[in-house]
Amino acid sequence: MNTPLRRVGLAMLAMMALLLANATYIQVVDADDYRDDPRNQRVLLEEYSRERGQIISQDGKILAHSKKTGGRYEFQRRYPNGEMYAPVTGYYSLRYGSGGLEHAENEVLAGNDPRLLVRRLSDMFTGRDPRGGHVRLTIDPKVQEAAYEAMKERGHRGAVVALRPDTGEILAMVSLPSYDPNQLASHDGRKQERAWFRWNCDPDGDKGCKEHNNPMRNRAIQEFYPPGSTFKLVTTAAALENGATKDTRVESAASVILPGTRTPLANFGGAPCPGSTLQDALAHSCNTAFAKLAGQLGADKLRETAKNFGIGMDDLEIPMSVTPSGLGELGSEAELYQAGIGQRDVRLTPLQDAMLSATIANHGMAMRPHLVKELLAPALSVLEPVEPEELTGEPALSRHNAEVLRDMMIKSEQNTLGAGPYSHLKIASKTGTAEHGANPKQTPPHAWYTAFAPYDDPKVAVAVIVESGGKHGDLAATGGALASEIGRLTMKAALEEGQ
Amino acid sequence: MSRPVGLAGGKSDGSATNPGIGPFGKPATRRGTEAWMLGFAAVIMTAALVLVEANQEQELTLAIVWYGLAYFGVFLIAHLAVRRWAPYADPLILPCVAVLNGIGLVMVYRIDLALAAKAEQAGHTYTGDAPKQVMWTAIALALFLAVLILIKDHRTLTRYGYTCGLIGLVALALPAVLPRSLSEVNGAKVWIKFGFFSIQPGEFAKILLMIFFAAFLVSKRDLFMSAGKRVLGMELPRARDMGPIVIAAGVCLAIFVLQKDLGPALLFFGVVLVLLYVATERFIWVLVGLTMFGVGCVVAYSLFAHVQQRVANWIDPLATYDDPGGGYQIAQGLFGLGTGGVFGTGLGSGRPETVPSANTDFITAAVGEELGFVGLAAVLMIYLLLSMRGMRGALAVRDTFGKLLGGGLAFAIALQVFIIVGGVTKLIPMTGITTPFLSYGGSSLLANYILVALLLRISDAARRPRKPTQPRQQQPAIAEQHTVMVQAPESPGGKS
Repeated sequence: MNTPLRRVGLAMLAMMALLLANATYIQVVDADDYRDDPRNQRVLLEEYSRERGQIISQDGKILAHSKKTGGRYEFQRRYPNGEMYAPVTGYYSLRYGSGGLEHAENEVLAGNDPRLLVRRLSDMFTGRDPRGGHVRLTIDPKVQEAAYEAMKERGHRGAVVALRPDTGEILAMVSLPSYDPNQLASHDGRKQERAWFRWNCDPDGDKGCKEHNNPMRNRAIQEFYPPGSTFKLVTTAAALENGATKDTRVESAASVILPGTRTPLANFGGAPCPGSTLQDALAHSCNTAFAKLAGQLGADKLRETAKNFGIGMDDLEIPMSVTPSGLGELGSEAELYQAGIGQRDVRLTPLQDAMLSATIANHGMAMRPHLVKELLAPALSVLEPVEPEELTGEPALSRHNAEVLRDMMIKSEQNTLGAGPYSHLKIASKTGTAEHGANPKQTPPHAWYTAFAPYDDPKVAVAVIVESGGKHGDLAATGGALASEIGRLTMKAALEEGQ
Repeated sequence: MSRPVGLAGGKSDGSATNPGIGPFGKPATRRGTEAWMLGFAAVIMTAALVLVEANQEQELTLAIVWYGLAYFGVFLIAHLAVRRWAPYADPLILPCVAVLNGIGLVMVYRIDLALAAKAEQAGHTYTGDAPKQVMWTAIALALFLAVLILIKDHRTLTRYGYTCGLIGLVALALPAVLPRSLSEVNGAKVWIKFGFFSIQPGEFAKILLMIFFAAFLVSKRDLFMSAGKRVLGMELPRARDMGPIVIAAGVCLAIFVLQKDLGPALLFFGVVLVLLYVATERFIWVLVGLTMFGVGCVVAYSLFAHVQQRVANWIDPLATYDDPGGGYQIAQGLFGLGTGGVFGTGLGSGRPETVPSANTDFITAAVGEELGFVGLAAVLMIYLLLSMRGMRGALAVRDTFGKLLGGGLAFAIALQVFIIVGGVTKLIPMTGITTPFLSYGGSSLLANYILVALLLRISDAARRPRKPTQPRQQQPAIAEQHTVMVQAPESPGGKS
């Protein structure tokens, strides 16, 4: 009887071996899949039991912090002035994960960054609760507030970006309409759900959905628009780089026919250009001149200059990733004509539009835009400062040509509505009024303004876009009328710094 | 592995060549080893408790002292009882049980803390299971002592074979026929309620029926092996010899299936198969059994929706995650195991309470989460050790009934662990059953302590020197009682 008993013993051994092999598979081979499954609450519980780091402005103002709740999830994220800073901070939600900077710098904020490892180990031995590191931003609250309030009180949708031309630091990044990330950070599941639905539902498909204009879309970096006349800065820069001067004679007719078609391309208002030099054309934003200039330059030269402004760069991260701006196909001369005045398939993000002015202000060299000034350890010692960096390493235009273009922008500003009261700021600017939509003549245009100041020692560059004719959907809206005031107020706030 | 087991059989046979025997031919009792090992188990248990408290940031309360003392007391008494009433018993069985029971207590206590914290946040109150588990352990000790004291010789059980079988059947069937108010807890109609506590008679029926089957098979063994017709090269026993066992097994399986209690059904079926195989020494029975099992599975799958659901949950618990009765629980268990990884989160640092029924069916998921693969593997090895030591006793004991019962009991432990741990780790479809000694639950604990007492009794019989001393030792192992053949001297522990 012992033989069968021994065999039964072997069977028991085999069963345990199977269990062990299977446990190895689950706990060693497949472990990561199970650990990282979004339905595994353990990771979240762990994350929420740690004090997440703060997001602070350049001067130390708290934009996001964690507060102890005493609940099952120990810490709750709070955003003082959430709506104003939502495009900057993003959100951090139990149900919906994270977005914006909260997502991009999650490793540091959550305390998982390898640079925090030594500290984590020492916390383990000293028994302190592990905490996340902090992120200090380049944001200047005064500039952010000025831009936000200027847009908000006029009831506009759109975006404002302010940069420091010589470093690429983002001083303000405003997007409207905005949302309150506190709602998503709530630990009340239904509250999160309602807020998410309100801002993300499909008005045509979902029941009970009201029009919301995508408040969670960061228009400054995630949305691109036809840049309209602000793109003439790029066309002019390309012309100057390819031998033109401010006195080069350009087309001044009221209208030109797009090559190979019968479609006319007319100046704004349908009048001939008041002057016939390049400088006059930019000062008065004459479409025909720039359409022809682009046609003469050709796609390659235009693209080459645009590239060193950052247009076409598809891996830009600030550290959130920025939707690439582009020129489109530029396959025919007609397309080139239209691209020369920032229409057709030219698409820029508001950030990219601000980089146009910033590059000219920085003597032709584009600086890499960035939002994070430095990463801080939980005890506020600096883990890693972010150094200013050139965007492509090659100037978009020469120092001399940058000065020529600057002078043209000064003239342009003088021709822009409402410039008078701000003349002490020494602004150089370009406005834009961009047609869009399937039926451009019946759709209120986007109003653009890009500028820097002061022109003799640039400290700030901005871009403003007011979507679709602003609050009233004005068909006759222009960049000068709607956007310029907001840009000037933003720069004023930036220049007041330290005074 | 079969070799050392075989050697062990020889060693405890009491032959003069055995090195484990003292100068006067009396084998060492090895109770000292057992005491040391129990002390080691107590150290593990205490360290585990302290770790839980530290990681849960609890103050070291009197509660742990109380738990520690209760644990210590239980195993001190058990050890003294073994010294007194089964001095030659295997020295590793009790320490294995002690470690498992200790880990179980710690995990149940640890999950209590988590559930209490969760309830507090939700504004409820939660009464812990750990104090009840300690109480059950104490009662289990009493039963353990009763078995050791009352059953001086396991062979006396053969006389009560049919009685055991009858009581077992009745106990198994009782919850099914009692009204729901007296037999249903959490939707499972397998209980008998006695006022303030309830028991699952099925757990005890399992042991009683095993005694019956072993006794029955031993008494009819000759008939099975000789008198019968040959069909297709296989000797079939006569129907009247097989009748009782087929009827009993059929009734039991029917009850389990009707109660939708698939885990115990599987366990019971496997154990009966093994008993049949060991008694007849015909491997064909295993094949016949497995074929029947396969057919049964197919039939059950096509008939019952709940079986289909279990299979779907097994194939991909993440896919059926949101279905009612779907893979949620298994997926949560797997999340826990995966999060634990190789070394685990540390005792008290995980979140085992997120798995439903974390302290019963899914307690091994909790172990795997907090102690990691390493801890889970260690627990499985302890189970293997425990069942192998039981098997060793069965190999060494001289009577066929002891061999059959011991082998069956040892196999039952291993199979039960395989069924539940395999279910939790998605090796096989999940069929609810308790984890011996680990999971919370009184009936399971009581029954398993009885089982262990029987194993100790059998292993004690295996190593106890026979009464007529010197002259008999010259002789090879001679048949006793129901035996048929005399075996050649070169395998002293062999067929007897």
